[in-house]
Amino acid sequence: MDIFLQLTVSGLSTGMIYALAAAGFVVIYKASDVINFAQGDLLLLGTYLIFLSVAQVGLPWSLGVAVTLLLAVAVALAVERLVLRPLVGEPIISMIMVTIGLSSVLRGVTGAIWGPNPRSFDSFLPAGDIVLGPATLSTARLLSIPIALAVLAGLGLFFRHTRDGIAMRAIADDQQAALSMGISIPRVFGVAWGLAAVSAAIGGIMLAGIVGVSPNVASIGLRVFPVVILGGLDSIAGAVIGGAVIGLLEVYVGFYVGHGLNLVVPYVVLVLVLMVRPYGLFGKEIIERV
Amino acid sequence: MTGAEAAPLLSLNNIEVLYDDVILVLRGLSLEVAEGQIAALLGSNGAGKTTTLKATSGLLHVEDGEVSDGTIVFDGEEIQGMDAHRIVEKGVFQVLEGRRVFEHLTVRENLLAGAYTRGTRRGLEAETDKVYEYFPALAERRGQAAGYLSGGEQQMLALGRALMASPRMMLLDEPSLGLAPMLVENIFGALRRINREEGATILLVEQNARIALSVADYGYIMEGGRVVLEGDAEELRANEDVKEFYLGLGDGGRRSYRDVKHYRRRKRWLS
Repeated sequence: MDIFLQLTVSGLSTGMIYALAAAGFVVIYKASDVINFAQGDLLLLGTYLIFLSVAQVGLPWSLGVAVTLLLAVAVALAVERLVLRPLVGEPIISMIMVTIGLSSVLRGVTGAIWGPNPRSFDSFLPAGDIVLGPATLSTARLLSIPIALAVLAGLGLFFRHTRDGIAMRAIADDQQAALSMGISIPRVFGVAWGLAAVSAAIGGIMLAGIVGVSPNVASIGLRVFPVVILGGLDSIAGAVIGGAVIGLLEVYVGFYVGHGLNLVVPYVVLVLVLMVRPYGLFGKEIIERV
Repeated sequence: MTGAEAAPLLSLNNIEVLYDDVILVLRGLSLEVAEGQIAALLGSNGAGKTTTLKATSGLLHVEDGEVSDGTIVFDGEEIQGMDAHRIVEKGVFQVLEGRRVFEHLTVRENLLAGAYTRGTRRGLEAETDKVYEYFPALAERRGQAAGYLSGGEQQMLALGRALMASPRMMLLDEPSLGLAPMLVENIFGALRRINREEGATILLVEQNARIALSVADYGYIMEGGRVVLEGDAEELRANEDVKEFYLGLGDGGRRSYRDVKHYRRRKRWLS
């Protein structure tokens, strides 16, 4: 039982990091229909930026986090402005292909700056353990769950209640109608990329605290796809649920079924969902009036 | 040139619109709408009515169209080729043909999207309340996804979104499209009220010439990308050609093909 509890906490904390990366993906998809293959690399960027600002420059944690978020947003806005905006109006597939290129570039640049070896540094998340009944749980992992949930809830509220959030969903529904009410598409795309970067960077910061800094983080980013396919490409709530399910499945399968299978199971889920419910658990169905 | 005495709020002067750099859709179109007026723009399919509205509201770029000649002046300022969101900020709001509500947004969120250019959220409660007062059917469904509304309610919502922006000039594209006659009356009643009470100047594109000329002060009739006939709404209603070809009020009896050919010639002469 205590093992089960430990697995659950570990799975959920990983799952919430998936959810943060997936939420950024959802934001961009919602606003612009672009499938951002570079989302995992934004996560990677987050881990290296926090490493840079805290371990290398020596900023205190709070400042380091702020600098990381600012830099991540700056990178995302630059990418949006220089790479994606010139493609607005071109077929969506062009933009999607560009994000694949972007992914390689981000990976290459971080690799060139920080090298291929894993780095470690002291996490700002408390290092100790919490003993909960029979189980011993890592405080860092436990803490990352509420942090991620708070960020995700914030994103959800943003979509529901703010002017830019509503504008984003409006664009997703009918771009020309959105234009006709004076919604500025470049501005909204910029906001979407900025938010995606913030969400991924927070995921990256937590990853840096939990598993350390290494180029392998980008492969965690690949886990975004099963998460968003399961949750629905355009749903923040779906990203949370999808993240939790995939994170839990990985650890349970890895422990109870067989090590190694945990790497496969997310993609099995992906294929199953695509067969049964292609718009995901919470994805938007096409509304048909009868 | 128009029936208006004051300087026009909107004037299109000899505009040409090209799609994809080759297809000429508007060829030297001119029209004016005076402040406070309702002007109707009538014509058959493909005459260029929708293009005229989109040229004014800046929505041509997304369809690879552009105003290649002429000027569009709103409130003394040339706006041709300006970005759509800047034109909306200046107070020109187009209600697109076919309602185009945001299906997955609630009625209330659709209205808030309409108020996008008004920036802060202050005062928006008053604005949404006003829309609900104009269209009580929307108030009952404010929390529902707009995709599930009936056609008439969606058209009300489309007008409501425009109201939210408090535009000085509304460009309406076929608000009667696909609606039952009673709903059409309802919508046009609201239009008249919006014009009088909110002081919105309206340029109205319609296939339904009868209802359009019943609310309009002035009318333009388009053929092949230019205006072929214009006049006070009353004059147009009395005009024999308009009666025959747009209001369907011929002097009785079946027309032979020769008459139709005669009409073609007459139209050519007019243009």
